Amino acid sequence: MTDQVSPAESGTKRSEGPSFTPRRRRGFYQAGIPYLFLLPFMVLFLVFIVLPLVYALGISVFETRLVGGNAFVGLDNYVRALGDGNFWEGVRRMVVFGIFQVPIMLGMALLFALVLDSGTVWLRNLFRLGFYLPYAVPSVVAALIWGYLYGPSFGPITQLAELLNFPAPNLLSDRWMLASIANIVTWEFTGYNMIIMYAALQSLPAELDDAGAVDGAKGWQIALYIKIPMIRSAIFLTVIFSIIGTLQLFNEPNIMFAIAPQVISNDYTPNLYAYTLAFTNQEYNYSAAISFVLGAVVVVFSYAFMLLSNRAELRSR
Amino acid sequence: MTSVAGKTASSGGLRRRRGVNTVLLLIFLIYSFLPLFYLIVSSTKSNAELFSTFGLWFASSFHLFSNLEEVFTHDGGIYLTWLWNTVYYSVSSAVGATFLATVAGYSFAKFRFRGRTPLFALVLGSIMIPQTALAIPTYLLLSKVGLVNTPLAVILPALVFPFGVYLMRVYAEQSVPDELLDAARVDGAGELRIFFRVALRILAPGFVTVLLFSFVFTWNNYFLPLIVLNDPSLYTITVGLAAWNSQASAGGGAQALFPLVITGSLVGIVPIIVAFLFLQRYWQGGLTFGSLKD
Repeated sequence: MTDQVSPAESGTKRSEGPSFTPRRRRGFYQAGIPYLFLLPFMVLFLVFIVLPLVYALGISVFETRLVGGNAFVGLDNYVRALGDGNFWEGVRRMVVFGIFQVPIMLGMALLFALVLDSGTVWLRNLFRLGFYLPYAVPSVVAALIWGYLYGPSFGPITQLAELLNFPAPNLLSDRWMLASIANIVTWEFTGYNMIIMYAALQSLPAELDDAGAVDGAKGWQIALYIKIPMIRSAIFLTVIFSIIGTLQLFNEPNIMFAIAPQVISNDYTPNLYAYTLAFTNQEYNYSAAISFVLGAVVVVFSYAFMLLSNRAELRSR
Repeated sequence: MTSVAGKTASSGGLRRRRGVNTVLLLIFLIYSFLPLFYLIVSSTKSNAELFSTFGLWFASSFHLFSNLEEVFTHDGGIYLTWLWNTVYYSVSSAVGATFLATVAGYSFAKFRFRGRTPLFALVLGSIMIPQTALAIPTYLLLSKVGLVNTPLAVILPALVFPFGVYLMRVYAEQSVPDELLDAARVDGAGELRIFFRVALRILAPGFVTVLLFSFVFTWNNYFLPLIVLNDPSLYTITVGLAAWNSQASAGGGAQALFPLVITGSLVGIVPIIVAFLFLQRYWQGGLTFGSLKD
């Protein structure tokens, strides 16, 4: 896969010369061929992606009453969601989480990708593989291991602190929990994001380093002023995925709930709240509305980031 | 490095820079490996030793085999059932999802047809929809048709893998030459025959990449199986381990369940780590042709 031509190049070239014209021999049958190939996937796509969304949208405007069954309530569930303190507290918590965690994670990922790409490091393959490895570990297992590492009773972090006569912070306490979860997410995804950026860097022409060196530019100047702008779209992708992932956080806090139930409330994150509403309270209708409002929040943040980065790009020109 | 004085100064500077960079990355490598090291160390300890010995080094006695025995025999050997379930769900959904994605990706890449652009945009856009938002309505729909608490409840939704369609489209555009397809058409081969006999063989590396991604996705998935499965004999490893962890944490270590969770976690990630190490070319390949296109 490393020795392929760039897809953008070959893609545009090929689309000019149609490899297949619908009106050929056996025209009707031939014209249906592309759709026939798409059919199996599209059927399941409709059933398991489009239908659930439509269904959720549908039930979100109803209310299940103990007496009288389902009643149409219009936008009542959405109005309730907009004024729901538990939900917005979860959103606020995830925004705070993201403001700190995402820049730290992506900053490290970018730094490591640049170092690996520059070639000024030994053991390059070991690092590339080792950093990516945590991504293969299920988030449930990652949360379990870190939960035990943090544990005040037999966690090695506490043991080390006591050994060195430090006051051991209780990493599972209310005060530290958000940072503790942030660390788990950073551990899981730094290498993944690094690989995306590294792959983009590797696709840049190798002459960049030489050209910069001729101009007397230092390595970090080439990185900052030439390479980073050139892999903008890869960085952009990692930010968008991080925004989505942060606002939708579920697995890690769900596991932490079992380890520290007095700290993690059932509305700790918006998704945990939606889950509790649906499966503990049986409020499916309201839970569906919450999911859509959360989806809207994700869109707003992603769009805001898009505008910001476009503006920054315009200014830099 | 600005001096022209000679190569020695320059290469000395380079070596220093290499040294600094290597140390920097080594620190992060230790951080990356630390939890896995802890997992391995802890899986050799008894419940009492977990509390009484230093967590990041081995205890004087070695309990790995008794822990493994406990993992595989606890509660009538239910862990083995979870392991089997996880393999069964992951393999069936990965094979199905990859085949569907390959056929669809090939169609998007190699045919011009009405609706191609909007359909592809729809598929691509759905990558942004988080699994968690789909899982609750999916559960409600599955329960309407009586599929909740069956293996199909996990396998069927996992057959839809839009990211795989995207990867296969990019891969097919790169690797399958139109001339080859046209030549086969001139020879009178039908489109299905061309796909199975000519294109599929060329698409094999992309196929493996998508297979790997969808396999790992199902293996590591937690939210969907948590919701659609209530019967412990249908659980996956992730849901089962989370359940054991809840019991262990609620019991406060009294029931000696912690070695079970730790050793069970270790056993549960071994297949993924092995797949990762042996097929690393394909992992990175997926992200490489993913990022080239964005």
